[in-house]
Amino acid sequence: MIESFEPDWTAIVVCILLFGLVTVLGFGAARWKRGDLDLIDEWGLGGRRFGTVITWFLLGGDLFTAYTFIAVPALVFAIGAGGFFALPYTIIVFPLVFLVMPRLWSVASKHRYVTGADFVKGRYGSRPLATAVAFTGLLATMPYIALQLVGIEFVLKGLGISGEWPLIVAFVVLAAFTYTSGLRAPAMIALVKDSLIYLTVIVAVIYIPSKVGGFDNIFSAAADALPKRDKPGALIPSGADAQVAYASLALGSAMALFLYPHAITAVLSSRSQDVVRRNMSLLPAWTFLLGLMALFGYMAIAAGISVAEPNLTVPALFRDMFPSWFFGVACAAIAIGALVPAAVMSIAAANLFTRNVWREFVRPNLSDREESQVAKIVSLVVKAGALAFVLFLPTKFSIDLQLLGGVWMLQTLPAVVVGLYTRWLHGWALLAGWLVGMVVGTWIAVSQEYTPVWDTPIVGATVYTGLVALALNLAVATVLSLLLGGRRAHAADETSPEDYDELHETREPAPAISPVA
Amino acid sequence: MRLWYVLLLLPLVGLLYPPIYARETPELFGFPFFYWYQFAWVPVTAALTYFVYRMTRPS
Repeated sequence: MIESFEPDWTAIVVCILLFGLVTVLGFGAARWKRGDLDLIDEWGLGGRRFGTVITWFLLGGDLFTAYTFIAVPALVFAIGAGGFFALPYTIIVFPLVFLVMPRLWSVASKHRYVTGADFVKGRYGSRPLATAVAFTGLLATMPYIALQLVGIEFVLKGLGISGEWPLIVAFVVLAAFTYTSGLRAPAMIALVKDSLIYLTVIVAVIYIPSKVGGFDNIFSAAADALPKRDKPGALIPSGADAQVAYASLALGSAMALFLYPHAITAVLSSRSQDVVRRNMSLLPAWTFLLGLMALFGYMAIAAGISVAEPNLTVPALFRDMFPSWFFGVACAAIAIGALVPAAVMSIAAANLFTRNVWREFVRPNLSDREESQVAKIVSLVVKAGALAFVLFLPTKFSIDLQLLGGVWMLQTLPAVVVGLYTRWLHGWALLAGWLVGMVVGTWIAVSQEYTPVWDTPIVGATVYTGLVALALNLAVATVLSLLLGGRRAHAADETSPEDYDELHETREPAPAISPVA
Repeated sequence: MRLWYVLLLLPLVGLLYPPIYARETPELFGFPFFYWYQFAWVPVTAALTYFVYRMTRPS
């Protein structure tokens, strides 16, 4: 069994060169599609001016994170078919987004909302509810950023580099270019990162099977090995429990994904509703790529890879199969791949904190310049927090919290997604539902030692915990809304129905005076 | 025109009920049915989404 690797110097040099290239790009991005980076619309949303191609690279690079590319094959390697739910999850997510997110884009563009919580505030006129949505986003995003650094850590281990300094260097680079260039930096880096990832995966999918006897052999090796694991896996999910778990994880994860702040930030940075809609038919190219990467788990089984921890599966497989220089390219692809989502996530968290906490509770009369300055500083603090997570706490902690993150994000669905269609649910009822969902979801997940599914009473099946909590959340919100019905008419709603449907484009740069007071 | 959106439910039906595809056969290029069936939904979903996008776009 492989515990640690010798340094592979050729690969390390290739990796450093590519990383250097990306650093230059990240700083240069400040000059691209020039805008006044002292405005949060420009720093935090790239001026809402990204077209179809940039949005495709940014959203793809943002949603399909480096950690995903390490963790999904690792899960498939460890448990087999159960880990493959990532494929249906990332297929159904795009039709769902196609239905929902263009409405958010329109209303956000009209009212200059920067975050999901901004929308909730405008729609329900409820500060506690908006704060709850912002709090959830911050809570779920922090460990997710940490996981991107964990992804880099596993790549470094595969390269044979030990010690914490390379991770700190990567972090400083990331922090510095995010600070200076804002969302333009990850958008530009995504072009390089995505090309490298595609190159790596296409080469791997053609080359590795030819070395381990074709897909016939890969699947039969997996079918032999999986049932013999300490915790037996399977090539095909059999039995109602495994299948309900599979489907509910796919559905729940798909519904959670676009509620994450980093997803909303990337959606709002596009130029028009049309760009968002068109992209939903183009983004499945990423899904296909993720599916192929999931198969690396089985390729590793067929190649006889044996690792101390599953997350080393992909680095170990690549190291075993590729010549050193290409192994370096592959490692760079994943490591650079971590920078894009980490940057977008920290920008999203910074936007949330600045708009929905700082402006709301500390400095209501924040000027535009101060607002952007606060966001830049918060983006540094958030990343420093994530680095501390990785350096001082066990990795398992970040992974467990990320699982909880999905459960938490789902609890904002009634306020955000239902709110895009109807104002029927009452603000206080939504807040109560959110609280019930958060508490129950967290309690179930923790009491089960962070297994994602729960053997649900009444339903009599193993269901994704997030969906169970969401069902309770919706039930509470609905019942309380019925009871509070009479008072709903007085609640403030600054949006009007046509704000959601309008098909218009961002033409002007953000105005100097923000209308959201 | 809004009726076209119903097409977007097809991938959900096709993928969220595993009993229809949790099988090994028929195989395709060495892939068990469970795997190639789900992969096949990727281009199908992309095509459906694009079709709905075209049909619902105001001219």
